Amino acid sequence: MDQTHNIPARRTELQMARSMCWHCQSEVTGEYFCERCVKVQPVSKELDYFTCLGLPRLLNIDTEELEARFYKLSRAFHPDFFQNKTEAEQSISLGNSALLNTAYRTLKDPIQRAEYLLGLEAGAAKDIRTTPPADLFEEILALQEDLEEFRALTPGRDPGEVDTLRARLKADYESLQQRQHEMEARLFELFEAWDTLQAREGQDAGVRAKKDTVLKEIRDILSNRTYLRNIVNDLVATLG
Amino acid sequence: MARIVGIDLGTTNSLIAYMDSGSPRVIAGRNGRTLVPSVVALTDNGLIVGDPAKEYLVRSPERTIYSVKRFMGKSLADVKEELRYFPYRLHEQGGVIRIQIGDKTYSPPQISAMILKELKLRAEAHLGEEIRKSVITVPAYFNDSQRQATKDAGMIAGLEVLRIINEPTAASLAYGLQKKTQGLIAVYDLGGGTFDISILKLKNGIFEVLATNGNTHLGGDDFDRRIADLFLKEIRAQHGFDVEPHADTMQVVRLEAEQAKIRLSEDQKTIAAIELPPGKGRFRYELTRDQLETLTMDLVEHTLGPCRIALKDAGVAPAAIDEVVLVGGSTRMPLVRRRVQELFGKAPHSDLNPDEVVALGAAVQADILSGGTQDMLLLDVTPLSLGIETMGGVMSSLIRRNTTIPASAKEMFTTYVDGQTSVDLHILQGERELAKDNRSLARFQLKVPPLPAGVPRVEVTFLIDANGILHVTAKDVRTGQTQSIEVKPSYGLSDEEVERMIGESFKFAAEDLKARQLIEARTEAEAILKATHKALGHGGRLIRPEEIAAISASLAALEAARATEDHRAIRAAIAEVEKTTHHLAEVLMDSTLKEALENKKVSELP
Repeated sequence: MDQTHNIPARRTELQMARSMCWHCQSEVTGEYFCERCVKVQPVSKELDYFTCLGLPRLLNIDTEELEARFYKLSRAFHPDFFQNKTEAEQSISLGNSALLNTAYRTLKDPIQRAEYLLGLEAGAAKDIRTTPPADLFEEILALQEDLEEFRALTPGRDPGEVDTLRARLKADYESLQQRQHEMEARLFELFEAWDTLQAREGQDAGVRAKKDTVLKEIRDILSNRTYLRNIVNDLVATLG
Repeated sequence: MARIVGIDLGTTNSLIAYMDSGSPRVIAGRNGRTLVPSVVALTDNGLIVGDPAKEYLVRSPERTIYSVKRFMGKSLADVKEELRYFPYRLHEQGGVIRIQIGDKTYSPPQISAMILKELKLRAEAHLGEEIRKSVITVPAYFNDSQRQATKDAGMIAGLEVLRIINEPTAASLAYGLQKKTQGLIAVYDLGGGTFDISILKLKNGIFEVLATNGNTHLGGDDFDRRIADLFLKEIRAQHGFDVEPHADTMQVVRLEAEQAKIRLSEDQKTIAAIELPPGKGRFRYELTRDQLETLTMDLVEHTLGPCRIALKDAGVAPAAIDEVVLVGGSTRMPLVRRRVQELFGKAPHSDLNPDEVVALGAAVQADILSGGTQDMLLLDVTPLSLGIETMGGVMSSLIRRNTTIPASAKEMFTTYVDGQTSVDLHILQGERELAKDNRSLARFQLKVPPLPAGVPRVEVTFLIDANGILHVTAKDVRTGQTQSIEVKPSYGLSDEEVERMIGESFKFAAEDLKARQLIEARTEAEAILKATHKALGHGGRLIRPEEIAAISASLAALEAARATEDHRAIRAAIAEVEKTTHHLAEVLMDSTLKEALENKKVSELP
């Protein structure tokens, strides 16, 4: 990842649920623990996962850094280290760990990360149709008919006929796979584009609109990808 | 903080370990053995656990419980396939298997508690302090009910279970501590009754489980049964004798099958010999390793499927695994080693004792929890997806398998009918599409205020804690009120039942102690009688006749005392024998035969 981006949204420290320590009521300035009474502080449930892990809201992230942050925070929050503490602290540790684990799992996978980011930026991309484009739709329909036909074949049928159909499905499968690869390549291009725009946020007036366009395309691809994946799984299951 | 011990509660054997200035150590019993056979015998003289109980497997098979772990958190229907292999009687009550012994019934957690108590006593004797807190290991693929049953067993035994930890991950802790390994490791754990595979990433003291899979009903027992079935068939063919109705001979066959299997890990062939009931002769059979491997090939293959799924879930190619660690006694079988090596493309590690490594790891985890070890942290996963039943009997997944724990998921519920006051929820665990094909964990009713349909909003939080055990809480979003949920476990003891069993356990503790003292006194008496008779034979001529008379009288008194139920009387009689033989011992002291008497102390017997 390009570390030179200057991201306004970047937070290096974890945001606490409230700025006052739940235990001693003094102001919390430390990262995860009250500086005065050293009690663990609950992480806000409303906190987005990027902020939670102290990472910028980007689609290409440094997975090494993500892991390092996850491990560091796990050491801070894991219930193993709160066995001798009060029930209140144990409960905070449990909640924080569960949230941290969800955040890490979501951000680790590029697709889940993109889906999550789309959710965060929903205001910009929510009015998008999630039906597949016409050409893909037709392709899928034709394929589903072939699949039905193949499944309906009785064992006693002409082996030549079975082979022809099988070969056709196999060709379909390969073309779909090709399409999946293209989609993925395009998706990663868009990730780059988003990240660049994110870095320029606030610098020129058109950035917001450009970001929306990128997000829309990402959303389209993600939903088409799901369509495609389901049909490919179906194909694999049928062909064996 | 009070000491926390680590316990490996195994199908075949159990162990207890603790952290001794930075290194985990397994505690051996008086016989020097670290393994406590997971066998419980209910004899006329009370309860016996471990090695002495093993003798009762053949003596009173219907009252001697082994492999009880296979029944933990299970219903009768779950185990009906294998019932014929068990000589004791099982039935079901409230979704929980009950074991019938005489006129008493015991749940599997109660039997497990007896084993735990034995381990607890062993640790208390060794450490000279009361033990109240523990970490207990379970197969990684254990579901919520099986974990809960294990926790119940701990409570019944008077042990607070601070953590339920997965066996392969426990093994990785012990392994990592010793080897300082970094990178990807696969832990292949084939025990007496269960199989687990875990893929872990070890980095700077973090042990992150990437994926786990397994089969909680596949282990050494199943290999033994294959051999036993062959023996039964051969006995029928050679001797025209059907062993199955004879529970005691069935046990002999089972034990000899196990021994033959163990011998074949070293040897290419072995002779199995079984004494049949009087008049039926003696069964003798030469079994080769090839034969064993043909008989059990499919069982080993059954472990490879889960390995492949775990690798796939972890997103790791077999070749990327840096080290393969073998755990569990069954991994001593050459066939297992060969197939594991073929799958991962590298020779597996087996330099740590596969029987002890899990208990050692449990001790490490115990030390972490007590604040001792700070630099190691285990991040484990939930082995099975957790979900709820939705419309049409479909399972909707809320927490996917191999999610790092603690893990939580929230789900919003509302009503479909005006004025509806409750919503029924059915919690499931498993990977299948349909609710009925998955494990039912619990059912409960969510209370909702009577409002127009769709208006109430109740947020339910499902939290899987670091033990892999589920907790459910619900909150009315409109009022912000939390409600306590009474979850009725589908296959588990209710809280009341566990409470009752804890009570009973304390009530019986006194009885159990009496039985134990009696058994120990009798065993010691037998040893002393034997040793004294031997000493008299060798040294009788060296002492005066009246001394011999006194010794004989004290021996007779001990014989008589031994037949009573009074352990104090036996102890007194033992002391009397020791007094009367004092001079004899002195005389023998100078002779080369002095060992005969020195060996009389039961504490020094092997």
